[in-house]
Amino acid sequence: MRDLSMAALDAAQVQGASYADIRLSHRVQQDLTVKNGRLASVSDDTSEGFGVRVLVDGAWGFAGSARLETQEVEEVVGRAIRIARASARVQTAKVVLGPPVTSKGNYRTPVVRDPFAVPLSEKVDLLLRADAAMAAVAGVTVREGSMEFLKDRKVFASTEGAFVEQEFVESGAGLEATATNEADFQSRSYPNSFGHQQGAAGYEYIEAMRLDAHGGRIAEEAVALLTAPQCPSGIKTIILDASQVALQIHESCGHPTELDRVFGMEAAYAGTSFMTPDKLNALHYGSREVTITADALSPTGLGTFGWDDEGVPAQRTYLIRDGLFVGYLTSRETASVLGQASNGTMRADGWNRIPLIRMTNVNLEPGTSSLAEMIAETKDGVYMETNRSWSIDDKRLNFQFGTQLAYEIVNGKRGRMLKNATYAGSTPEFWNSCDAVGGPAEWRLWGLTNCGKGQPPQLAHVAHGAAPARFQNVRVGILK
Amino acid sequence: MKAVESPGLTDATSLRAFMEVIIERSPADETEVLVTEQDGALTRFANNGIHQNVAERNTTVRVRVVKNGKTGVASLNQLSAEAARGVLARAIEIADLQTAGETVPLPGPAKAATVDAWFDRTANATPEERADFVGAICRGAARQGLKAFGAFSTSGGQVAIANSKGVFHHHRGTQAAVNTVVMGDAGSGYADRSALDVASLDGEELAAEVIEKAQRNQQAEPVEPGVYEVVLEEYAVGELLEFMSYVGFSALALQEERSFMRLNERITGEKVTIWDDGLDLNGIPAPFDFEGVPTQRVDLIREGVAVGVVYDQQTAAREHRQSTGHGLPAPNTEGPYATNLFMAPGSVDKSRLADGIKRGIWVTRFWYVRVVQPKASIITGMTREGTFLIEDGQLTRPVKDLRFTESMLEALAGTVALSSTTKLQASEYFGATRVPAVRLQRFTFTS
Repeated sequence: MRDLSMAALDAAQVQGASYADIRLSHRVQQDLTVKNGRLASVSDDTSEGFGVRVLVDGAWGFAGSARLETQEVEEVVGRAIRIARASARVQTAKVVLGPPVTSKGNYRTPVVRDPFAVPLSEKVDLLLRADAAMAAVAGVTVREGSMEFLKDRKVFASTEGAFVEQEFVESGAGLEATATNEADFQSRSYPNSFGHQQGAAGYEYIEAMRLDAHGGRIAEEAVALLTAPQCPSGIKTIILDASQVALQIHESCGHPTELDRVFGMEAAYAGTSFMTPDKLNALHYGSREVTITADALSPTGLGTFGWDDEGVPAQRTYLIRDGLFVGYLTSRETASVLGQASNGTMRADGWNRIPLIRMTNVNLEPGTSSLAEMIAETKDGVYMETNRSWSIDDKRLNFQFGTQLAYEIVNGKRGRMLKNATYAGSTPEFWNSCDAVGGPAEWRLWGLTNCGKGQPPQLAHVAHGAAPARFQNVRVGILK
Repeated sequence: MKAVESPGLTDATSLRAFMEVIIERSPADETEVLVTEQDGALTRFANNGIHQNVAERNTTVRVRVVKNGKTGVASLNQLSAEAARGVLARAIEIADLQTAGETVPLPGPAKAATVDAWFDRTANATPEERADFVGAICRGAARQGLKAFGAFSTSGGQVAIANSKGVFHHHRGTQAAVNTVVMGDAGSGYADRSALDVASLDGEELAAEVIEKAQRNQQAEPVEPGVYEVVLEEYAVGELLEFMSYVGFSALALQEERSFMRLNERITGEKVTIWDDGLDLNGIPAPFDFEGVPTQRVDLIREGVAVGVVYDQQTAAREHRQSTGHGLPAPNTEGPYATNLFMAPGSVDKSRLADGIKRGIWVTRFWYVRVVQPKASIITGMTREGTFLIEDGQLTRPVKDLRFTESMLEALAGTVALSSTTKLQASEYFGATRVPAVRLQRFTFTS
């Protein structure tokens, strides 16, 4: 790998690159699905290849190939150089990367049980037990359980002298129970929305979920939802479970603090951001309860690594501090525009994609309250749990979320189950209405594996630390 | 225009030989090999300059084996002999290790139509050609004091599938797509184009449309949310159709009672006719599916009546009927998918669709659409880059983007008119829609 890397970097420099880097990746993914009591699918997918990124005349070029052969490397470097020269034909400013990055070292995800060494039969047995628990509930029409395991070995090398090797392991699983009748369709999932929770860890992460102990509960809830009353509309106090708070952070804080979006680099696809540089250290994004960090060092986080895909070391940085907007997620190129150094958030979805600014583990820091306290303090409200739908505008202001399950809160007590709950708002107004965040005992990391961005499209695996949180005067229930 | 070997793709004869070796060596009862290969490039621009510019060559070899009633699937992105041995061995290993599950029947041989969807000039488009194309858009925007953003992609790819029952199909095609947003200080416009032949993309016409839209969409003022008569441009209608496909057009959705389709009942207005056709060169053709079944045209909604859904091998077997050729790669728990969607045009010139609307909304495109209630076909999303107030049949002023929450079926039930022309839009991942612009009587904006 080192020889191949050095040959590519040398070739790039000889052909005129002022900067070049190469990433080689070998990724294996295993997926299992049990559906309605039967093993529905098992697959192993392997993808390997390399991508070369070059700067020529201050313009970017990138090319990648699955063919790990010396001749192909030379050809791909030439292709990347030609592409960079073409970029320079339509250029408004030369790319500046800021201070050189010369990282060296190794990083491996800490793992207790290598998921690829766990027998398939053990994984299938666990999913079948969880399926049986769901099947025991009358009225459930579709049952599904799944697992996903990933191992990615990556090498990064640059003409500035960086050379890092990393091995990432992820384990994920979840369940979903669906109940239908002629007029309605209701699903419940565990532990996270859409039947999937994932972490940077080994099989011990799956064992800790105790899938078989939760199948019966979500099945009963799915059936009960069919006959539950519709969530009423109105301006209300809402309490969100931690997993819904995680998605709220993702959409309304993670994305708008990506500095490439702010500079218009995603304008024609993912959109821009309302959090422009003039608002830095000035915008009261949230209440004093709201402190949000980007922490690439959080254990088990899908955004945890040794170095990002530009070789910048993993770090923890504040985005929102006591409600004030204080920082962005940055790359070398975008940070240099603000006169800063990168805080290490560039990641690529495989060898065949360029790195983009991606959330690491963007965490709402724990507060001092608890779910029980929040409910006890609420006179008239709605508790909402587990995301069902999510939508937000291209500047990350106007949002609407729906959850799988809700309960009314009346005079400090949890009341009737409600279905089809939705809430909507505008980002700063919403976070400024936050008056309670759960403490460390209820705080955990939630993994998301479907964060879309970029053209060609890329999916990132990111995480969000969150606890239940309460918000005042929120518009609930927009359905006709 | 005729297909020739692209330097980035393996020739069809070698590909077939590679696949046959895997099938011959396989000790399984049944074996299927699916190969996809792509050589593509994408030039991305922002603030009137190219900021990202990429290219890749990639392959996927996917092997499905059925052995003693147990199925194993493995894939690898290499085409070497060693890779062939490795991916087959892993698929067999998975099958041996697992318990018996539901096996998906492999199809037998059937003739698939040959569709010539290959254009050399698309496959061989150079980075300089892409740069010059986007450069013209950027310069056009700059001349008007505006900024252009977007992406322009060109690619050539091939799909081949073979199985131990004697199936072999091969198809190659090219695709070019450009999307652009042009921004002023207080608003923006959007336009996109897709084609098999890059030469048919008219950069000047595209730039004129998006610049005109951006100039018109400045200093938008809010309008009260509520129920409005609307005109949806093709960009918005295409997205609507994609969500109808996602939620309702699959046999699995119907079998699992989550589809809004009520077969043989009227579910939309009678002006609405929707079908899927993987053989039509007016779309992005796919003459066979990822299970090796020739694609059939399937009528989905005919004059407002739900008349059909698409099937793959598994959903067809459950109903003792034939697949319609809409299967996804194994292993697939998501069911079949309609990916080449067409909506019948009407007879009204697009420029006259707003005629007679006293007070309504003109929508260029939707953004971040998500399903709220699948069975009721309720979705939510935002408008983006060109939302206008219609007063007395005229677009009088831009309005701030609105959130809608609406049942797709209820909205289409009020279809007043459709444009006489249709527009092709490539999907983000696979397939395309070709749709007219539509005028709907009622559409609910919630904020």
